Amino acid sequence: MDQSSNIQSSKIGPGKFTQSKILEIVRRVAAKPVDPAPDESLFESGMLDSFSLTDLVSALEAEFSIRVPDADLTPRKFDSIARIQAYLESRG
Amino acid sequence: MAYLREFGCYLPSRVITNAELAPMVGVEEAWLLQMTGIAERRFAAAHQTVAELGLFAAKDCLERAGMAAQQIGFILVASGSSERRFPGPASSIGAALGIPGTPAIDVPMASAGSLAGIAMASQMAAAYGNVLVVGAEIMSRVVQVSPDSRDTAVLFGDGAGACLVSMESGFAEIVDSVLHTDGDYAESLQLDLDSPLYMDGRSIILHATRKLPRVIVEVLERNGCKVEQVAAFLLHQANLNLILRVAQSLGVAESKFYCNVQRYGNTSSASMLIAAAEWHREVGAIDAPIVLAAFGAGLNWGAVLAKPAS
Repeated sequence: MDQSSNIQSSKIGPGKFTQSKILEIVRRVAAKPVDPAPDESLFESGMLDSFSLTDLVSALEAEFSIRVPDADLTPRKFDSIARIQAYLESRG
Repeated sequence: MAYLREFGCYLPSRVITNAELAPMVGVEEAWLLQMTGIAERRFAAAHQTVAELGLFAAKDCLERAGMAAQQIGFILVASGSSERRFPGPASSIGAALGIPGTPAIDVPMASAGSLAGIAMASQMAAAYGNVLVVGAEIMSRVVQVSPDSRDTAVLFGDGAGACLVSMESGFAEIVDSVLHTDGDYAESLQLDLDSPLYMDGRSIILHATRKLPRVIVEVLERNGCKVEQVAAFLLHQANLNLILRVAQSLGVAESKFYCNVQRYGNTSSASMLIAAAEWHREVGAIDAPIVLAAFGAGLNWGAVLAKPAS
């Protein structure tokens, strides 16, 4: 866990889809040390753009060994760390 | 069996550079090029219509094919920016070509319209003979060129393309085509009757970057063709980054993807045909398969596989 992050340990969800892990993926995709709050929009804040959204979904698929179906390809589901976590947890 | 006989295109003469467009949308010239990859685009003159642009592309195509308009058996015209609800530009183009009585049908699908037109033409040619597919757009009149809409306004341009699909002969035989539609995302890209074009860029890019490589692989695999065997990929010129992403996803050299979006912007249904026309003029005959592919409003997307004519 990155202690300097906006992602606090008390907000980390259970299971493998932790906010810290998701933040790590977001940072990798953004290619910069972004530090979003869990509910902060990754896109409105400029941390990610349209093409990095595609990279983010691909990175989540690879990291968590899942396949995001076309029916779930809605930017809103991937708009913040908290929303990404909620989506991943909904997938089990 | 149907063939790609010839392509044609028409671009309005008025060039809109980033230097001219930048102040209209409240950004720096360098930002425009960096964010879009587009250096300039064409805007139609005030008196021009979508049908007129389409007519010029059709005439260019017929002239290059050495074919008289009277030899056309069917006309399909793709456009998302037609001036009227109905009739669309197809009947006007037929009349202007001097072939009244020849069926002329509109395909108001926008970006994927000319791809769908070629796919349909390949099936219709057996019944109608030579099928002329036209894509014509005046996108500059359906976007709002202002700072509030800059993310959309800066992407588009005007132009027209045409393709002659023939039962008799051509430089490439159309082997197969795949078309798909997903109406769940119809709201993501739309042009209402009294509003400027709306595009949820994130949603469109997300779907396009995944669906385009997939449909290209689909048409290749079901015909036993490997991606590395393809000589050229002729895509809807939506966005330079998108085209490069598709190349990356397929593991194909970017040089196999013909790109002219830098010069014309996104001309919607016309773009793939304009790109194909310019590509064909450069290469002439082919000795390996080619793939045409497009993605757009609907959502509609698809791919056409053609191989050198024997």
